[in-house]
Amino acid sequence: MSDTSKPMDPTRRQFITKAGGAAGAAAIAPGVFLTTPAQAKPADQPVSNDKRWGILVDANKCGNGCNACVTACEEENGWGSANPSEDHSSPEQKAHWIRKVTIKDKATQHVTTLPMMCQHCENPPCVDVCPTGASFKREDGIVLVDKHICIGCRYCMMACPYKARSFIHEDLKDQKPWAPRGKGTVESCTMCVHRVDEDGTPACVEACNAETHKAMVFGDLYDENSEISRELKQYGGKEIRADLNLNTGVRYRGI
Amino acid sequence: MSQTKLLMRLFALMIGALLLLPLAATADEDEGEDEKDPLPFSDLVITEPARRFSEETGCVAPEAEMRRNHMEYILHQRDETMHEGIRTRQYSLEECINCHAVKDEQGEYVRVEDERHFCATCHTYASVKIDCFQCHSDVPVRASKLRKLQSGLAPHHSTEPFAGKLASETVQLLTNEDQAQ
Repeated sequence: MSDTSKPMDPTRRQFITKAGGAAGAAAIAPGVFLTTPAQAKPADQPVSNDKRWGILVDANKCGNGCNACVTACEEENGWGSANPSEDHSSPEQKAHWIRKVTIKDKATQHVTTLPMMCQHCENPPCVDVCPTGASFKREDGIVLVDKHICIGCRYCMMACPYKARSFIHEDLKDQKPWAPRGKGTVESCTMCVHRVDEDGTPACVEACNAETHKAMVFGDLYDENSEISRELKQYGGKEIRADLNLNTGVRYRGI
Repeated sequence: MSQTKLLMRLFALMIGALLLLPLAATADEDEGEDEKDPLPFSDLVITEPARRFSEETGCVAPEAEMRRNHMEYILHQRDETMHEGIRTRQYSLEECINCHAVKDEQGEYVRVEDERHFCATCHTYASVKIDCFQCHSDVPVRASKLRKLQSGLAPHHSTEPFAGKLASETVQLLTNEDQAQ
């Protein structure tokens, strides 16, 4: 109450200075953000298009016969060998969030292997064709399926040039809380969105680095100083089916 | 003609008596019994949902509010998490399960098919079929992260009553679980 009895501050400059000081104090007051890394997103903040997540795969470093990325993905997201609920589905029907593809050049007999998964396109055909809006792209470029809305029509599976999506044919049990999956919906690689939101790295990239192949790099494509951006700038990286102009988030080298 | 009229009157009386009879009978019964009518499906055994919150702290919202509107909280959280990557734990389905999970005699968490499962206790009674657990886990898988509310790391919805207030015993319990794993 004593404040109101004081005369109003006459100068605009002083007012601005005080307001600036108050704003600075408010920003420091929570204290929480000072201890967290600069790039970590607070749990209550939505993702923004300031970032675009991507993965760079070096096919020359990718180990022939190594399946670490696939196994890691299965373990992390509870599909394939990590979830025995799908034992009645035929191999063609089973989930394949990520799979190893082997290419042989007929002229030179050179064999290349690479992991193939959702390429997280900037212009995803799966989103274009989805009749319900279940297939969508997050602000940060990660393409996902909202299984609450998915009706299982599988148009997106037809539209995807990378055969990245699969359909769940059976009743499932023991899903991971961070990767819900259920019968009658389409699914694909989520770029381990639950890890990324908590400033983590996708399981496949982590496993590849643990195997010392170091064929995969994960990072922000919009950040010039990120490892993936520097690698791409220096050595370049190819899109698979670049002719489709999808601007994929997953890039390859050595193909 | 008068005979026909008489017959018709008699017939009308009989019909009337027949119609009134059940009403009279029920009235008699009501007078005789002063117990309340049993609830529908009263033969169904309803087990008391297991609680891990004390009376004064309650759930993430007051109990009456949660009973009526828990689905709204979960739905709200679901869309925010799915589309915007907002991963606060307070109203997440995983934390519901982490807190309310019930164990059987063998010390195993009961599945949602079991009528002792926290969600099933009410939904079986009310004949509400929920789809949540076709995709989501119905038992705890990893330790609760709700402790973060204590240090104010999850300020989302913090203006609402009971936000960030967990009983010290709950915090202790969750901490012990963390250490055990």
